[in-house]
Amino acid sequence: MKLTAPQTPGRRVEAVVLGASAGGIEALFTLLNGLPALWSLPVVIVLHVPENHESHLAEIFSDRLHLPVHEAADKMPLASGHVYFAPPGYHLSIERDRRFSLSCEPPVHFSRPSIDVLMASAADAYGPALAGMLLTGANEDGAEGLRRIQQAGGITAVQDPNEAQISVMPQAAIALHSPDHVLPLRELRALLLQLESTHAH
Amino acid sequence: MEAIYLKYSYDFRNYTVASQKRRVLHALAQLGLPSISALQEKVLRDPALFGRLLQYLTIPVSEMFRDPAYFLALRQHVVPILHTYPSVKVWVAGCSTGEEVFSLAILLREEGLLSRTQIYATDINPASLEKARQGIFPIEAVRGYTANYQRAGGRSSFSDYYTAAYEAARFDPSLCADVIFADHSLATDSVFAETQLVSCRNVLIYFNRELQDRALGLFHESLCHRGFLGLGSKESIDFSSYSQRFDAHSKPERIYRKAT
Repeated sequence: MKLTAPQTPGRRVEAVVLGASAGGIEALFTLLNGLPALWSLPVVIVLHVPENHESHLAEIFSDRLHLPVHEAADKMPLASGHVYFAPPGYHLSIERDRRFSLSCEPPVHFSRPSIDVLMASAADAYGPALAGMLLTGANEDGAEGLRRIQQAGGITAVQDPNEAQISVMPQAAIALHSPDHVLPLRELRALLLQLESTHAH
Repeated sequence: MEAIYLKYSYDFRNYTVASQKRRVLHALAQLGLPSISALQEKVLRDPALFGRLLQYLTIPVSEMFRDPAYFLALRQHVVPILHTYPSVKVWVAGCSTGEEVFSLAILLREEGLLSRTQIYATDINPASLEKARQGIFPIEAVRGYTANYQRAGGRSSFSDYYTAAYEAARFDPSLCADVIFADHSLATDSVFAETQLVSCRNVLIYFNRELQDRALGLFHESLCHRGFLGLGSKESIDFSSYSQRFDAHSKPERIYRKAT
């Protein structure tokens, strides 16, 4: 278990993708609450939510965070320091021009949006300049996505399964690849702040 | 994609990369091919294989009365204006396997408009168009559509519109008596009629911005003065160069009106 981010010279993280499922809202609050208002990285989140329901995640988090929070829209460009949630019922991808695209392809691991879909596309778009984090959850979505981030040279971090409300999702990721970091939320948050400090303002 | 365009005139060159990549990888697995170059070689030699690949490259995922609020808004806010025309033309662009076409036909019949409405249902995928023409959907799916229909303000019993047999539901063919199903590509073809309503839902999300602009240009050109454009519930024209050329009519339901 490593506590510090790799400090490869010239390595700069330009975006963070987060995946969470059961227990995820609480975990995300702990991870993101009180991030500095000058926070400069885009943060893109897939949290599993039921399809066919309007999601209020953007409003809920907008009230709690001191950052602009949106539901990601098709072809919307990622802006520095903004937080985005995938809309329910659609897969969310990041294109190489660093804009979002949505799709109605079938669910992956019974989930639409799928964490794997977001993470794999973000790995293609950002390569080594990406960090991915996977939190609590009860299925295996996100494991393959994190592996793709690692293969593309990005940084991967997984919530310590012992701390996670539901450990299945972090466990699945650890079983599939060796994450750069396996940490409790408090330390994932420290890692997030550290990643940002490598990112030019 | 360049090769497919040159050989078969199907233009996927301006589709978004992320989902296209997933579909090509899925096709490789399903067709039992080891690599994209192997796929390319085989597809260019074998038109039948291209036909199979086309099923993977397009996304035939739809449902009837998907996003009931959209159909309710059409019923409440658009239908009264369509009633002011002596005859109505509706274009369902990217109609896939026909779920949206049948939903609209049912709605228009209930609102007393179907008999004077011409619907054009277009798609690039001939297999999807054929399914749409047949109007036969899995009975399991139809049970789910019933709830959508009711939430969309349905005035009847949904089962009045189909006959169930075995595992399928066959929709009343008279619903589609005035529907023209036709092969049409938003990437390469041009406008073919003046319409009062274009419904194109969850199609533009697969296009990059250049192709979105092309498609929106076709819709703009096709629509009559103050004609209506309906998109998918998470689609918008905000990031296109047509954002000023349509007014939001029912914003949450993504119904726009051609601006003057």
